[in-house]
Amino acid sequence: MSGDGSILRTDGLHKFFGGVHAVDDVSIEVTDGEILSIIGPNGAGKTTLFNLITGVHEASRGSAEFLVDGDWKRVTGRPPHAIAELGLVRTWQNVRPFGALTTRENVLAGLGHERYRSSSMFGRYDRETHEATADDLLERVGMDEYADTPASSLPLALQRRLEIARALALDPELLLLDEPAAGLNEEESEELMTLLRDLVEEGLTIVLIEHAMDVVMNVSDRIYVLDQGSIIAEGPPIEIQNDERVVEAYFGESETAEIEGGVGDA
Amino acid sequence: MVSFTPDYMITLITIGTIYALAATSLNFITGYAGLVSIGHAAFLAVGAYTEAILLLKYNVPFEIAFPASILMGAILGALLGLPSLRVSDDFLAVATIGINFIVVGALQFSDFFGGTLGLSVETPRVLGVALEDTVFMLFALAMLAIGMGVSWWLQRSWAGLALAALREDPQAAESVGISTARFKIIAFTISGAFAGMAGALLAHYFGFITPGTFGFLLSVDILVFAVFGGLGTIWGPVVGAYFLYILPQFLRTFQDYRVILYGLVLMFIIVVEPDGLMGLYRRASDWWSDRHAEPTAGETA
Repeated sequence: MSGDGSILRTDGLHKFFGGVHAVDDVSIEVTDGEILSIIGPNGAGKTTLFNLITGVHEASRGSAEFLVDGDWKRVTGRPPHAIAELGLVRTWQNVRPFGALTTRENVLAGLGHERYRSSSMFGRYDRETHEATADDLLERVGMDEYADTPASSLPLALQRRLEIARALALDPELLLLDEPAAGLNEEESEELMTLLRDLVEEGLTIVLIEHAMDVVMNVSDRIYVLDQGSIIAEGPPIEIQNDERVVEAYFGESETAEIEGGVGDA
Repeated sequence: MVSFTPDYMITLITIGTIYALAATSLNFITGYAGLVSIGHAAFLAVGAYTEAILLLKYNVPFEIAFPASILMGAILGALLGLPSLRVSDDFLAVATIGINFIVVGALQFSDFFGGTLGLSVETPRVLGVALEDTVFMLFALAMLAIGMGVSWWLQRSWAGLALAALREDPQAAESVGISTARFKIIAFTISGAFAGMAGALLAHYFGFITPGTFGFLLSVDILVFAVFGGLGTIWGPVVGAYFLYILPQFLRTFQDYRVILYGLVLMFIIVVEPDGLMGLYRRASDWWSDRHAEPTAGETA
């Protein structure tokens, strides 16, 4: 795959919740091999946009398409598990680990994705191959020592990392990360950024929803700014930082504060 | 006073085993997939009536009728599992009660199924050997072993992992490629098969079945057995069924208050130890190993 074609595109996505226009005519493109961030104030519709792309919510209007082996496949209208199968995999803002399962089993659940559609689902996983692969993924996110810990007893920051390991277990083409840096300290943020860059190096494409501006500005190739359901700006970090509309969206009119330094928390 | 003759012990163990199998079958839905069913007796009824009709009306040999009853249980499990795709967990519990009443009602008002008078079921014969008394008990135990074997296999299989994911968080399960719809139906199908098996065994044991046998109370019994022993474990439903079925027989006067006893047991378990007897056992063994893991001097004998 070349590095400059699109891998995901949405065309005029809309979502209404009752009278609320949560996502308003959003058309975005994600380029193969980039780290793209979607930022915007709370309630801007970022997570809803993820939910439309991953099939959690049905779009009121519009569509999303994903490039699979050179073919554009419409993802809107497919159930979430089928979209994940295509290689478009997400994590959750309000973490959703399989609490009673161990950290390793959480990752194994992702590794099983090739087997859930055939009779091979009744095969058993084994220690040498599958558990070892799961442990490798845990090591990537620095969690190997927690392999046997029940996911529910992990602190929130580790549950966020587990989300990434579990998503990586599906061997995705495109990873949608919903606030992976929330609640991380400076050192952990650094580690996260290193991991994201490594993953892109290995051929992944990443879309990030993030409030931690230090992470966003450091790691992103490109940024979309979402406000009240609409895209109000798009460009590389430098441009976005100096965009009047963006500053306004975050701080209201006539404020001239910098975005840098982080805005609110989820 | 009741005297515990060997015959009586065989009776207790046989019925206890069939109930253990029924609780094991419920465990596939409620324990592994986390879907509450309070109408499980309906699936037993399907197995029991398939067995009775095939033997009585079509003279089908036991060797064919018994697998057919299991298959019928599986098919109806899959069909009756469909509501679980549409309704939320709480409503599913109510819907399964509804299914139980519908099945009992349908049997009651149909002459083909013997109506309220029921049907008689003959002693099964395999290659000319009658399965009765001790032999039947051993046959029931063998069937239970198969049910537990499937549980054991499932627990470390990909399908078992998918069911656990579904139980923990259906939305997250979908996001890792698990079709929650498919796995709900799979759980109901496996469950229906073993419930059908338990129903067929029960029919043979009683020698006579009526719709009333498979009423709502039997569903509650089965649920209590599984919850009391420990959902989502191999041994829980089995231990729960033997314990709660056999123990009250020794305290015969309790028999009349069985329903009250089960109600209290259910409340106690939900409040004190949601993981049931197996949870208590795990806690005790953790406590024991913690105590003995300490490097302090002292006798370990």
